[in-house]
Amino acid sequence: MKTSTIELNQKLETPGIFTSLLTKFRGNKPKTVATDLGSKVKNALLILGSIILFFAFWHFGSKALFNIEANVMIEAARKEGGDAAALATKNCIATGDLSCKPNALPSPADVWNAGLSMYKDYQVLSASKRKFYEETAQVNAQLKAQGKKTMVYTGRSSFVDRIGKSLLTVFAGVILAMFISIPIGILVGLNDKVKLMFNWIIQIFKPVSPVVWFLLVYMIIKTISKNIEMDKSFIICTVAVALCSMWATLVNTSVGVASVDKDYLNVANVLQLGFMKRIFKIILPSSLPMIFTGLRVTVSVAWMVLIAIELLAQSPGLGSFVWEEFQNGASDSNAKIIFAMFVIGIIGFLLDKIMLALQKTMVYSK
Amino acid sequence: MFELTSSIRENAPSMGQVMLDIVDLKKVYPTPKGDYVVLEDLQLQIKKEEFVTIIGHSGCGKTTLLSMIAGLNKISGGAIVLNGQPIIGPGPDRGVIFQSPSLLPWMTALENVMLAVNQVYPKATKTQKLDVAKYYLAKVGLSNDINKKARELSQGMQQRVGIARAFSLKPKVLLLDEPFGMLDSLTRGELQDVLLEVWNKEKITAIMITHDVDEAIFLADRVIMMTSGPKAQIGKIEEIKFERPRDRKSIIEHDDFYHYRKSLIDFLEH
Repeated sequence: MKTSTIELNQKLETPGIFTSLLTKFRGNKPKTVATDLGSKVKNALLILGSIILFFAFWHFGSKALFNIEANVMIEAARKEGGDAAALATKNCIATGDLSCKPNALPSPADVWNAGLSMYKDYQVLSASKRKFYEETAQVNAQLKAQGKKTMVYTGRSSFVDRIGKSLLTVFAGVILAMFISIPIGILVGLNDKVKLMFNWIIQIFKPVSPVVWFLLVYMIIKTISKNIEMDKSFIICTVAVALCSMWATLVNTSVGVASVDKDYLNVANVLQLGFMKRIFKIILPSSLPMIFTGLRVTVSVAWMVLIAIELLAQSPGLGSFVWEEFQNGASDSNAKIIFAMFVIGIIGFLLDKIMLALQKTMVYSK
Repeated sequence: MFELTSSIRENAPSMGQVMLDIVDLKKVYPTPKGDYVVLEDLQLQIKKEEFVTIIGHSGCGKTTLLSMIAGLNKISGGAIVLNGQPIIGPGPDRGVIFQSPSLLPWMTALENVMLAVNQVYPKATKTQKLDVAKYYLAKVGLSNDINKKARELSQGMQQRVGIARAFSLKPKVLLLDEPFGMLDSLTRGELQDVLLEVWNKEKITAIMITHDVDEAIFLADRVIMMTSGPKAQIGKIEEIKFERPRDRKSIIEHDDFYHYRKSLIDFLEH
């Protein structure tokens, strides 16, 4: 059980040119420690160089793909309408007009512009949202006074709203995962009989794909929510994320609890601490480092599966954004998808950093 | 167990009476090659307010004996009777000081002692309990470090907290398993003095395992020498007749010290 988590951990380590940057932020000591200013500058230049290389590769790669698409379009026009039509298409592409833009991998500049346009869209949408609430303020106050439901803005979610929704879902999912996996992990770690009872569940359900978890949760929530009014897609996402991501914490908690230093347990035995005191004073604090390592994996997994689950659950988060843009097929859809990809990646990276900071403040080190 | 009824004594023996009675004690560890008998037919009586040190070669079963008295290790045969009650499990009436300080590293020195105090004085007020914990921490010379996390303290200071914790339990018997084994010789001397000082005040029956011949003589009323295992037994008992309170310098200069020392070393080298 222990090895599987470690393997998972290793999978999450990103190898390659960004490793030094990552380890720097993760707080692990890099192999060569930059002490003097000279080598620090050297390292910074190395990172900067790799970023430039990355964008150059992307820029020229997308240009090559663009040309392939453009040539196909020109040839198709030639087949249909002869050389004149081919020339017209070629000129049209050269002007950059949307009506004849080849649909290929967007360049870095396209993605940047898509980001800017999404920011403008966000400003427009939040203005209209503000306007809606200003206009309905009086009516809503009346409705509230009468004990009725107030009017809610039902317009399209902006990209920023979607980020918020996704973060909220992942936060709720991780909290739920903690509440399920830590108590069970403690019981499994403490008692061999409980371990036998849970082991098969862990082994069988741990590798199940997020999509299947989503379907299972959907089947259950669909029935439960028949007579209750609730944000169904949000709850389905939260529960599914929790079920996908809780395993690392469960396994790590049980291993941490099972490997509490025997000296500490002897102290508990000599003092004859009660069950609750034993757990909260001895076992939990001493297995907290292991639990936190599990939680970090849980958070990374939760964020990763969230995108897929949101897509299926139609929850207005980043996952469904990506899917809707792909279905939409507008001229800047691809660029928006890639912009979202960067946002997802950066948020995932920041979440891990936050977990690491939490771990440092909460966990004792020997 | 039936013979035991005759040896059951009053609940509170006065000084000099047998407090801890070890009868026909046996410990067997099952191994794939058959049972390994660590201790067999071991008899030992320890009197109230006595300080006993146990010395013997590594692996002779000293720690096994001590952890059975502590109730942390199961008894295979015979019995250990404390104040007329056979020992069946661990309890705060037997304070243990382990070789490693075994403090909880995420707690402060005070919290570590308070964990013990809370268990023995459940009805006392918070201030009373704090007073008890602080009293013993002061006794071991840690008044200024009570709010430091255990992991920030040196090995020697951690073991001081361990001593304070064990005494704060007000145990009937104090069990010490090579408590100074991991310390350098200067710190070790310091802590022997601290231990004796607190012990002189509290007069708790103490059983201590040690590898150090000088330490065994300096601290003890009786030195118990154990034969090498398997089937280890008590080989020889040496009464140490120095007066208390003891002063290290005058004891080392005393002629008897070398007599005791020779006796111990002769036994251990055979």
